[in-house]
Amino acid sequence: MITFDDVVKVYPGGSTAVDHLSLELPTGKMTVFVGPSGCGKTTSLRMINRMIEPTAGRILIDGKDVAGQDEALLRRGIGYVIQHAGLFPHRTVLDNVATVPLLLGKNRKEARAAALDLLDRVGLAPEFASRYPAQLSGGQQQRVGVARALAADPPVMLMDEPFSAVDPVVREGLHREFLRLQKDLGKTIAMVTHDIDEAIKLGDVVVILRQGGKLAQVGTPQELLDHPADEFVAEFVGRDRGLRSLSFDTAAALPVKPLPDDLVLDDAGRPEGWRTADGVRSTAGTFLTSDSLRLVTDLAIMSPVGIAVRVDAEGKADGVVPHHDLVDHLAARRGQK
Amino acid sequence: MNLSYLFDAAHWSLSTDGSIPQLILSHLWYVVLALIIGTVIALPVGLYIGHTGRGSFLAINAGNAGRSLPTLGLLMLMVTLLGLGLTPVLIALTVLVIPPILTSAYAGMRTLDRRVVDAARGMGMRPSQVLLRVELPMALPVMMSGFRSAALQVVATATVAAAVGLNGLGRLLIDGLAVNDYSRVLAGAIVVAVLAVVLDLILALAQRWIVSPGLSGRFR
Ligand SMILES: Nc1ncnc2c1ncn2[C@@H]1O[C@H](COP(=O)(O)OP(=O)(O)OP(=O)(O)O)[C@@H](O)[C@H]1O
Ligand SMILES: [Mg+2]
Repeated sequence: MITFDDVVKVYPGGSTAVDHLSLELPTGKMTVFVGPSGCGKTTSLRMINRMIEPTAGRILIDGKDVAGQDEALLRRGIGYVIQHAGLFPHRTVLDNVATVPLLLGKNRKEARAAALDLLDRVGLAPEFASRYPAQLSGGQQQRVGVARALAADPPVMLMDEPFSAVDPVVREGLHREFLRLQKDLGKTIAMVTHDIDEAIKLGDVVVILRQGGKLAQVGTPQELLDHPADEFVAEFVGRDRGLRSLSFDTAAALPVKPLPDDLVLDDAGRPEGWRTADGVRSTAGTFLTSDSLRLVTDLAIMSPVGIAVRVDAEGKADGVVPHHDLVDHLAARRGQK
Repeated sequence: MNLSYLFDAAHWSLSTDGSIPQLILSHLWYVVLALIIGTVIALPVGLYIGHTGRGSFLAINAGNAGRSLPTLGLLMLMVTLLGLGLTPVLIALTVLVIPPILTSAYAGMRTLDRRVVDAARGMGMRPSQVLLRVELPMALPVMMSGFRSAALQVVATATVAAAVGLNGLGRLLIDGLAVNDYSRVLAGAIVVAVLAVVLDLILALAQRWIVSPGLSGRFR
């Protein structure tokens, strides 16, 4: 368990990055710090391994104050993953991963064998072992970063935006693998992100900080979604979640109106455009019943007349959704949730 | 172009005093001494300034000040103060090599990715381990380019030794000029140029060998 006991950090120059933070990060669980930029997430994380010293208050790991411990020894016992991986460019992947075991005095052969094992665990084939970081993609580098942090099998891991430097598809994959890994390993993890969706997906516990380093709310993702403590949390948790959640609903239940006269069709019944005062203008795209409500919303916004056009499997227009019908449908949908 | 001096076999015998091989050896001796002394002085200072960020103005200005100092003038001043001998020559040449070595050591340390250094500390490396295992290897390419430019400059400039009665390839230039033997002057100029190119090649090979392929991009 990691305990924040009334921790304060004021940087020289007077900005308060962390303001009287008291928290407990449960053993074997993943606690995710989230909040707007500059709210003190990184500062909070880096005080755990003493990369930053608190101005006041204490941080304890399993009841032991970190302040009394030798910095280097403390850090060797805490896995540390940072954004962009921070790999050593002059060392091979294998030697990067073996770094901490070597610092701890393991012999080179053992350390390398263990490192090879870890590469496998994070989903990297053995042929990556002899490569240099510059020869890896961002996602592969991030995996090596995670393997490196795990190498000495530390009970505690700190991760600062570990998945933010990769594209959404790769991130998705890393999330899945990381959740699987964590299920096996059961590390006590403190992670930072500014992506509330990532926090809700990965965190057992989510800590929401607000500007000025104040604790806004701490709880399980479910608790935060169902019972936000205040306006700030509600807005933060809800910020464009509405729109994103539309991605998960299809247009199947969306009622359509018959085709209006000013929709121009070709001989096969496929929509060509809208007849407007400026001539015929493109429909800006069409949707199928299997498409998401998010796409329909986008089409209604992009359409020159504010109407989304539905087509069947052959591409023939079979109905339209004016944007106010869409709004009514979304309101009804909200009522059901 | 009169290359008769250069291609006269008599000037290439190792045993004759003042032969080209002997002059090359003495020339290299000044070069190597100046580079060693210069490195011993400039490298730690440059690394320290780069590592801590303290005294950056010194590192930046050393480069400019050093370049604008005329080596021959400095040599004459040193001879006036210390008398003839190897010492004033070495002082003048060392002053020449310090700026590029110091500035590049500083630049190498300053320009390396601080996030990597941060990761090294965060993983539990002690400051000396961070320096030796992470910062130095990463700064090496930039440091080597400074060292190579120092070596090139000092090879060309070590000819001044002859102006104060020492040996080195400058003898060919000065003695040749004194007796209007332009073939000898030309031989001196050519040998200095070839020596510079060969030395730079050797250093380039050394750089290839000591800089990690992860940094140079020359992957196996
Ligand atoms: N070394 C420093 N000196 C002075 N102020 C700092 C320093 N590091 C951070 N700060 C300030 O402290 C506050 C918190 O910074 P911190 O890096 O912890 O934010 P963060 O929540 O991680 O933000 P982000 O999401 O942008 O990474 C910010 O206002 C920042 O400007
Ligand atoms: Mg941060």
